[in-house]
Amino acid sequence: MRGLIGRKLGMTQIFLEDGTVVPCTVLEVGPCVVTQIRTPERDGYRAVQLGFGERKVKNTPKPLLGHFAKAKTSPKRKLAEFRDWDGELPQLGQTLTVADIFQEGDLVDVTGTSKGKGFQGVVKRHGFSGVGMQTHGQKDKERHPGSIGAATFPARVVKGKRMAGHMGNARVTVKNLRVLRIDKTRNLLFVKGSVPGHRGAFVLVKKVKQQLL
Amino acid sequence: MDMVRQIEESWIQTRKKELPEIHPGDWITVYWKIKEGERERIQPFTGLVIQIRNQGIRTTITVRKVTEGVGVERIFPLYSPLLDRIEVHRQGKPRRARLFYVREKVFTQVKIRERKPKNQKQPQDTDQSASPSSNV
Repeated sequence: MRGLIGRKLGMTQIFLEDGTVVPCTVLEVGPCVVTQIRTPERDGYRAVQLGFGERKVKNTPKPLLGHFAKAKTSPKRKLAEFRDWDGELPQLGQTLTVADIFQEGDLVDVTGTSKGKGFQGVVKRHGFSGVGMQTHGQKDKERHPGSIGAATFPARVVKGKRMAGHMGNARVTVKNLRVLRIDKTRNLLFVKGSVPGHRGAFVLVKKVKQQLL
Repeated sequence: MDMVRQIEESWIQTRKKELPEIHPGDWITVYWKIKEGERERIQPFTGLVIQIRNQGIRTTITVRKVTEGVGVERIFPLYSPLLDRIEVHRQGKPRRARLFYVREKVFTQVKIRERKPKNQKQPQDTDQSASPSSNV
């Protein structure tokens, strides 16, 4: 899959020709530098490792400095691998920009780390509707999960039972987002809909192989 | 400025110059493109600007008029491609930014002082004597 590393800038809207308003997310994508090529002979799989964003030399671990020196590039903030790169493999040290990978109208998958929500109850975390009543013998139970199991049989709570717990701050992929606009000079990608993460968060943008109409 | 705001600003820059300066209290006509099947026509809407919400590309204006005794308010997205043009007929100088109080009044009772156009420095005596405090 071909793709690039980027950063989420925030959301806005785009007017289409007929006046329709489309919500969109602005992503700063690339330029990315090819820092390593993984080959089946050496690594057992095909992949392209890309680096994005600048990093000070003094803040970079020595082993990583050597890794960047191999690609003849400055230290990068974020590294990511894109497995099963379609088409011709890029050269080590080559710089890839938005226009090299994406076109307007493309479908992309965007992977990021979702906003952390902390410890959340079942109503927010799993969309339970709560016990639901203030009367009929209920008291202080509006957002409770209700019963979590049966009785003597099975005499335990089933594995995977949805309960309260930590929510968010997890790797999330949103699939098949339409690229509405591309700004080559500012390396911007305008994608329809929302994308996981806060503003400034790193995201992986991958071009969908099977482009639907 | 926030990056996204900067990008929005770059989109609306050219449009901003085309449109006249609008303030609450102005009496304006908005020419709005309407598609009827295949045909496209332009529908004018004349009324008083009672609200402007400045939100970059999401900026909207609320225009109020009274037709056959019924108050009609329309909210126009200022940077929509469906907005053809805007004409400013009279500039008002209200005492507040949101003129919601006009809803409770008959239009003839609403008194908004007129703003003198900035580019015309010479006071026009004929205009002022005709409407010292214009009935909007």
